[in-house]
Formats: sequence, C-alpha cells, structure tokens
Amino acid sequence: MAIIDPRHAARQLFYEKLFRSATLAAAILVLVVLGGVALSLILGAWPALQHFGFAFITRSVWNPVSEHFGALAPIYGTVVTSVIAMTLAVPTAFGIALFLTELCPPVLKRPIGVAVELLAAVPSIIFGIWGLFVLAPVLQRHVQPWLIGTLGDIPWIGGLFQGPPYGIGIFTAGLVLAIMVLPFIAATMRDVFDTVPPMLKESGYGLGATTWEVIWNVVVPHSRIGMVGGIMLGLGRALGETMAVTFVIGNAHRISSSLLAPGTTISSAIANEFTEAVGDLYTASLIALGLLLFLITFIVIALAQWLLRRLEARAGGAR
Amino acid sequence: MSRRRLIRKARNGLFLASSVVATGVGLICLAAILWTLLSRGIAGLSWAVFTQMTPPPGSQGGLLNAIYGSAVMTALGILMGSPIGMLAGTYLAEYGRSSRLSVVIRFINDILLSAPSIIIGLFIYEVVVVRMGHFSAIAGAIALAVIAMPVSLRTTEDMLNLVPTGMKDASAALGAYPWRTVLSVVYPAARSGIVTGLLLAIARVSGETAPLLFTALNNQFWSTNLNAPMANLPVVIFQFALSPYKEWQDLAWTGALLITMTILVLSISARVILALMQSNQAAKR
Repeated sequence: MAIIDPRHAARQLFYEKLFRSATLAAAILVLVVLGGVALSLILGAWPALQHFGFAFITRSVWNPVSEHFGALAPIYGTVVTSVIAMTLAVPTAFGIALFLTELCPPVLKRPIGVAVELLAAVPSIIFGIWGLFVLAPVLQRHVQPWLIGTLGDIPWIGGLFQGPPYGIGIFTAGLVLAIMVLPFIAATMRDVFDTVPPMLKESGYGLGATTWEVIWNVVVPHSRIGMVGGIMLGLGRALGETMAVTFVIGNAHRISSSLLAPGTTISSAIANEFTEAVGDLYTASLIALGLLLFLITFIVIALAQWLLRRLEARAGGAR
Repeated sequence: MSRRRLIRKARNGLFLASSVVATGVGLICLAAILWTLLSRGIAGLSWAVFTQMTPPPGSQGGLLNAIYGSAVMTALGILMGSPIGMLAGTYLAEYGRSSRLSVVIRFINDILLSAPSIIIGLFIYEVVVVRMGHFSAIAGAIALAVIAMPVSLRTTEDMLNLVPTGMKDASAALGAYPWRTVLSVVYPAARSGIVTGLLLAIARVSGETAPLLFTALNNQFWSTNLNAPMANLPVVIFQFALSPYKEWQDLAWTGALLITMTILVLSISARVILALMQSNQAAKR
C-alpha cells in the first residue's frame, strides 16, 4: 500500500489550481479580445462620430481634401454586392447540398465534398486576383454587353444594367463574392440535410413521392432553421470580405443606379485608403466605417449562431 | 401514365438536373481558379523566386523576402495564438463544459471565428501600431495570432470531446487530478486531432491579407527586424497584381500559386490525418 506523502498531495493540488487558472485565463481572453475590438473601434471612430454625428451614415459625400466624410456609398456597395452574392450563391449552394446528400453516387460523395471544402480554404486574395485578371475581362467582353443588350431595355429593372461594360464594378464584385461564399453555404446545408432522419424521408418515398417532393416537403421543412443559419453565416462572410472585393469593385465613392458601374464597399474602402489617410478625421472616419461593419456583421453572425445552436439543441433533444 | 404523374416526373427531373448543374458550376469554379494559378504561376517559377528579393518596378527579381516574412509572421502568430486557443479549448472541454460562462465563450468565439479579418487589422493597428508609433512585423504576427486563436479553440474543444469518457474516468480512479489526466491521458489520446487543428490554423492564417495591410505593411528589402515593417506574400501579391508592370504581375501570380498550394497541401494533410485517426478508432472498437 502506498503511503501518501502530504507534500506530494499539496503539490498536486497546486498544479491543479495552476492549470485550471491558466485554461480559465485563456478562455476569458477570448471575451477580452472581442471586448477590446469593440472598444478600440469605438475610441478610434469617436472623433469622426462626434464631428459628423448621425449624418455620417446618411451622407454619400467622401472628400478627403475638404474633410467631409459620409458612409452611405460604402454601405450601399456592401449591401448591394452581398445581395447579388446571396441571390446567386444560395440556390447554387442548395443544389450542391441536394446533390451531395440525395443524388451523388457514394463513391463520388467524399471527393466532391472535399473539393467543395477546399474551395472554401482558398484565400480571398486568390479570388481577387482571379476575378480581376480572368473573370472581369470575360464579363466585359461577353456577359455585360449581353446583359446591357437584353435586360437593359426592360422597363423598371433596365436601369440596373446601363452604361459601358467596365468589367469591374458592383456586379463583378457580387459575382466573385458569390463564388467565395458558395462553399460555406453548401457545406452547412449539406451537414444540415444529413441530420434529417432517414425514416422521415423513407416514409415520403413509401407514399410514392418523387425525390424532389421528398426534398421539398420533408427535407427542407425539417432543416429550415439550419438552412437559414448557414445562409446568414455566408452573408456575414460576404459583408466583411475585403481582398476579393477590393480587386474588382473599382473603388469609386459613388452610388450609381447601374449595377455594372464601379463602386466601393466598407471593407475595400478601408483596405485601399487606410495607409494613405492623412489627418485624424480621415483616419477616424475609416475606423468609423470599420465600426459600422463590425456592428452589421456581429448582428448577422450572432443571429446565424443562435439559429444553428437552436437546431443543435433540437437535434440533441430528439436523440 | 396520367398527365399529373408526367408533370411530377418532369418537375423531379428538372430540379434534380439543376442540382447536378449547380454542383458542376461549383467544381468548374475550383478547376478554373486552379488552372489559372497553375498556368500563370508555373511560368514564373524559377530558382530566382526563392533566391532573390522583390524587385523595383520594371526589373526581374524574386520573392525571397516575402516568403521569409510570411513564414516568420505565420510561425509567430501560430506560436502566440494557438496555445491560448488550445488552453481555452481545454477549459471548455474539461472544466467549463456547459456552464453559463462556457456557453458565452463558445458564442463569442464563433463570432471571432467569422468576424471580418480587416476588423482584426484595425484593432491591432489601434492597440499595437499606434502605441509603438510605427508598422512592424510583430504587429502583423499579433494580428495573425488573434485570427489563429479562435480556430485552435474550436478544433481543440471538438477533438478533446472525442476522447472517450472511460479513459478520463480510469485516470481519475487512479487518483489523478484533472490536470494530470488532461496532460497524460487526454492530450496524447487527442494528439492527431490537435495536430489537425494546428494545420488548419496555419492554413487559415497564411493566406490572410487584410489584417497585414496596416500592421506589418510591406518592405521591398530583406529585413529580419521584427520591430520594422516586413514583406509578406499576401500584401506583395496585392500590390504587385494591381501594378501596371508585367514583371510584378508575373511575380504576383507565382506568389499566388505558392500560397494556394501551401494551403491546399495543409488542408488535405489535415483531412488525411483526421481520416486515419477515425479509421484507427473504428479498428480499435
């Protein structure tokens, strides 16, 4: 029988407390970092917020010379590029997730799934350089003239497709964003579809439903929350994406009625101008843009996480 | 066959066909990007890329200083960020579990995980660059550490949760304190998972551009001074690609190829390790 040395026991207890506090401190640091991000952005943006007040987000003027700054053009660009990206990416991602869970031969399931996930690992600057040198010329020569020729003449939406085909601009940025967020949304949707109990689907098939009817009437209603969560996660990424957009948006501080015209987004304005910004008010205005982006993405991501967690809790409860 | 049935069949075929098309579109995008990278990047690949510095406009050169800078800042960022993430992940998996604090930390961590990286750049600019009074490699490394931390936290927690409770119980039954159990039983059991997490964190960090733009900035020359601006591949690619000089644009493509290949190799190895680990576990059962 071993004799317990009290000094040994005390040392063990000391190490235990040390290790526990170290892990706890690291965990608390996560909260500190997020708090620090919020605080530093508010402090950095304060001069601009104080100087311009609420008008900062309602004015579209951006003049470094006369030091008048308004965030409306970047906000507009951020929202419109993200909307374009989501309209293109969500149906495609739905199709990919559907293919992977319901149609794909088992042999191909893993390779295609991995390929989609690898697309998600490609850094955003690669999408940017590809968008500028490969996608933009193709759009300028073939796609945009066609859009202007066909959709441009239709009343109401025609105004969105006017002007010369620049190649770069809001539309191109939206398209590159769509390709970027596609794998994220597809992977989440696939995981969500995989949680649908096979019994439910088989009941559908047993009643004579076609594959599409089972998907639309069984799989989709069952995974609605998770799908929305995945879409919001993709939206959060689209809103904050910097490098891919900076390459192809054209960086013009203006709001054009046409989607084919150059524009700017919050993140690309910061990336382009921050190191060149002279004067405290200019820097503070750019940080204020960052604060706006932080608030918008925080809300979107938090909502996405909340939805996905609700789904997780439900799946856990069902088991 | 009734008309209604025909319509249902047709609708089924139509939607399933479009899902095949959607998958095709996704795969074509990946193939197109890889193809462009290979065809444009390999042309510029030569020894000079690894032995010479970034050139002034209009002349030949290499990417040595940028490759070195990226390696140094990525290594420092991982060394600072990942251990913190791992410790925090250990707390969530072994101590906090479902306490209210853990739930909040998990939530905040997921937000940090998908927060725009340019925001992290602004944060480090405010906290480090402004304080120090100048751009520096160390500021870039700290920015990368802030990005690596949540990635490591998430993967560590997930991997530790895979360790069977029976093993922990066995260790506790021998009289070991939790810290001893974690260090001698849980970490070794989750080793390949932790390595996977590390690889994924490196892959995530090494392509980041936005947080380096106004922390590490860039440097045209060879520099090993952590207290001064340092060249790095992503920012060099950004500047060179947008320049009007053909030599610079060619180097940008070569750099893009190097980064993408590194990241793809890291991500694929992570997956292979994970797959081996899972098949090992299945064999044990």
